[in-house]
Amino acid sequence: MAKTDALQGSLDLLVLKILSRRPRLHGYAIMTAIADTSGEVLRAEEGSLYPALYRMEEAGWIRAEWIKKDTGRRARVYELTAAGRKQLGAEESRWQSVSMAINRVLREA
Amino acid sequence: MSLWSRIWNSVHGEQLNREIDEELQAHIEEAIASGRDPKEVQRAFGSALHTRETSYRIRTAGWLESLLSDVSFGWRQLCRNKLASTAAVLSLALGIGSCVAAFRLIDALLWHPLPISGSSKLYVLSHKMPGFDGKPLEDSHWPTPEFKVMRDAVKDQADLIAISDADRTDITWSTDDDMEKAHVAYVSGNMFPLFGLEPALGRLLSPADDRGPGLNPYAVLSWDYWNHRFGRDPNVLGRSLHIGDQAFEIIGVGPRDFTGTEKGTVTDIFLPVSMNRLASMDSVSRHLTFLMLKPNINPATDLEPLRQHLSAVSRAFQLDCSTCFRGMTQTDIDRFLNQTLVFGPAGAGISELQKDYRRLLGILGLLVALVLLIACVNVANMMTAQAAARAQEMALRISIGAGRRRLVQLILAQSALLALLASVLGASFAAWSAPFVLSLINPPDNPARLALPADWRVLLFGFGLIVLVVLLLGLLPALRASAVRPVAALKGGEDPHSPRHLMRGAIALQVAFCFLVLFLSSLFVTSFQRLERRPLGFSTDRLLLLEAVASKGQLPVVWNQTAEALRAVPGVDSVAISGWPLLGRIRINSSISINGAPPSPIPAWFLNVSPGWTSTMKIPVVFGRDFLPQDTSPGAAIVNETFAKTFFPGQDPIGRTFELGANQPTYKIVGVTPDVPYHDLREPSSAVFYVPFDEIDDKSDPKTVDFATFVIHTSAQNPLVLASSLRQLIAQRHNGLRVSNITTQLDLLRDQTIRERLIAMLATFFAVVALLLAGIGLYAVLNYSVLQRRREIGIRMAIGSTRAGIVRIVTLDAFLVVALGGCTGVALGFGAARYVESLFYQVKATDADMLALPACAILVTTLVATLPAVLRALDTDPTEILRAG
Repeated sequence: MAKTDALQGSLDLLVLKILSRRPRLHGYAIMTAIADTSGEVLRAEEGSLYPALYRMEEAGWIRAEWIKKDTGRRARVYELTAAGRKQLGAEESRWQSVSMAINRVLREA
Repeated sequence: MSLWSRIWNSVHGEQLNREIDEELQAHIEEAIASGRDPKEVQRAFGSALHTRETSYRIRTAGWLESLLSDVSFGWRQLCRNKLASTAAVLSLALGIGSCVAAFRLIDALLWHPLPISGSSKLYVLSHKMPGFDGKPLEDSHWPTPEFKVMRDAVKDQADLIAISDADRTDITWSTDDDMEKAHVAYVSGNMFPLFGLEPALGRLLSPADDRGPGLNPYAVLSWDYWNHRFGRDPNVLGRSLHIGDQAFEIIGVGPRDFTGTEKGTVTDIFLPVSMNRLASMDSVSRHLTFLMLKPNINPATDLEPLRQHLSAVSRAFQLDCSTCFRGMTQTDIDRFLNQTLVFGPAGAGISELQKDYRRLLGILGLLVALVLLIACVNVANMMTAQAAARAQEMALRISIGAGRRRLVQLILAQSALLALLASVLGASFAAWSAPFVLSLINPPDNPARLALPADWRVLLFGFGLIVLVVLLLGLLPALRASAVRPVAALKGGEDPHSPRHLMRGAIALQVAFCFLVLFLSSLFVTSFQRLERRPLGFSTDRLLLLEAVASKGQLPVVWNQTAEALRAVPGVDSVAISGWPLLGRIRINSSISINGAPPSPIPAWFLNVSPGWTSTMKIPVVFGRDFLPQDTSPGAAIVNETFAKTFFPGQDPIGRTFELGANQPTYKIVGVTPDVPYHDLREPSSAVFYVPFDEIDDKSDPKTVDFATFVIHTSAQNPLVLASSLRQLIAQRHNGLRVSNITTQLDLLRDQTIRERLIAMLATFFAVVALLLAGIGLYAVLNYSVLQRRREIGIRMAIGSTRAGIVRIVTLDAFLVVALGGCTGVALGFGAARYVESLFYQVKATDADMLALPACAILVTTLVATLPAVLRALDTDPTEILRAG
């Protein structure tokens, strides 16, 4: 739980960013991508990743599709929608301003 | 998109759960395949069930799911109590259906805009002035010359359109054909273009068709007439149509839904106003005048200046008119000049039917609304009782965490279910009943015809009604149920009396509404009965009326010979001729002057009749004699008693003389008859004089007659059996006379009471329904209250209360509530009666028996409804109750 708290509010941003670079990923791939690109610093918990995916899907930021994998199993892959791209921009600038603000506080103190 | 996917997911919950499971499972397998510890992966997901729940909730619409479960729960509740639910649905269906039907009628007749462009900018011009009897007169007919002056005066701001009444007219399609009737309206050439109408065939009349009297013999058929008379034959163009001695060429067919501006009558044929045969006689040719504002004119600000301008123009015209006031007394001239010009909105059409039935439809609307309210109160009471019985269940739901909103939703879902079921039934009731009621407005000459579309207006009204019903039914029980205090209810200590207070209040309301319905219907039924049983003074029995016309006019001798020929037919007892029938559509009055004095302010009605007319009509001549064959008009006259009293008070009228205005020929009174209704059953007796059918001009030569009615007394019970043979007999004589209409005196009498019969019938129907519903409601509430108070009653019995005492405690309340409701009903009734006084005939709201009748009905219903509850209470076995306690 403690780990997910650190990600609170930024999970959406991470997922959207990952999907904007690499479309059509399934849930596990998104998780590993977050871990890989952050140098294993950030980890999305399965317990919160999927609810977040579903929430964003219902909000219309991402859309999902079932595909057949080579193994014969089905996988649900996600990609960004136009609305998701807009949302990503908004989240990014929000994140920038928040982190700048935090940095400023740290410097002052 | 997202809402739809949620709704889809809610309905397909199973499939969604499978998909979520599959995706999570795929994730776990992937993780294991990449070398992670299976146990660790499982742990990372936390509780699988929890994850699934969370995911599920995100992807579905929770409110919809709970709604679905509430609806299915509500359905089970309704099914548990089949009889009560069926009764509830039926009574609500009747209420909703009646309301929708009433709305359809009211909307179609009074509100629905005409299918023309700019209907909101259409007004009708009327003049208002005091009538000769002091009552205000309002008339929308204007003489053609005045119309022209007004039209030119406002041509920059508005267009004036002349449209005649759609009169039922004799027409022939080729000179040898039988005569037919069609509704013919004369319209100014600008009507079709200004209304933005396009022809279905050929062309429509245009302003060029208004050039001058007799120049444009063209006719346009309405689509409806083209359809039912010609089966939409395109070859109808170019055919000629004959009215009297005029011939018109068909040039086109109007658009499909346009049936003229007279709501309730379908115009069959449109002719140019300049072709009206009366157009040359300026003072006689009068048309309705409509005003269509130009597009750039703002009705809010420019209407009043426009009205004042027109008013001044009209007044100047009248002051200028030298012929208008010839022969009128100064009082009459002053009265006439004292008129005001008013604009009335005419976007929904203008008709006599609207005037005659506006109040009736208002009352109908009130009755159906009351019946719906009574039904709602019943059902709400039923649901309150059920909710009270479910107080424990509600308390349990609240204590295990159900939100109060959810409880309200639970009960509203049930009432919505009832309302929806009822509205389906109600819709079919409305689909049948609205045309049925309309078909009862059926004078044989001119049955009311209205389009009753089931359009968005009706749907919107129906939808609003359903929402209202759901709220009326459910809101109170829902709020009550959600206000349950769990601790008290679970302990069983909830105050058992509080729902009864609520239900008693509802019963009082119901009784008040019921009383109002009964009160109004007893007034209407009594009015109708008194009107129907009003002494006529003549007999309608076995009287056939043949209305005949002679297009070129025929001398009285021809008419008298025809009457003689009719007398020779077997089965004919006697034949007389009158200018027009009594109680028919025609009435003509004349001013009366005595011994050369200026005319009296009160005019008298008159009728030309042949010798023997009084005996055929069974009207006794109380003084003097009947007309003789040698009597002529002017010359002899028979007057009624009111005439004698008005013009010769305290004198013997026989032998006295009068004139129809100063310096006119003299009439000598030869006989006096009792008063008989002349034109309208409802009117008090007015002065009437009869003159001989044989008219002579000032050189004593006989004058020709254009139309008259043969009044035939037959020996057969049904006079109509002779109709066709007599009609043929007249046709075979080839003397220029033709039968244009056949009716009976009895039918004319019935026509007089159509409106009263209709409202009496509808009011009786709704009174019975209201009484029944109120009775059921009272029964249910009393029964419920006895059930609730069983313990109390048992204890009272055990400690020695008498049976009379038990009866008193059970019924006292009920009677108090009914009395309270009754008093409220009386107050409401007096208020409502004032609005519809004009529909009453010889009854007043304050008549004692008008109040006694509904009061008795309600009392009897109350007694019957309380009986089962009283018996149940007396049946209580105290030992059983006490043991159970």
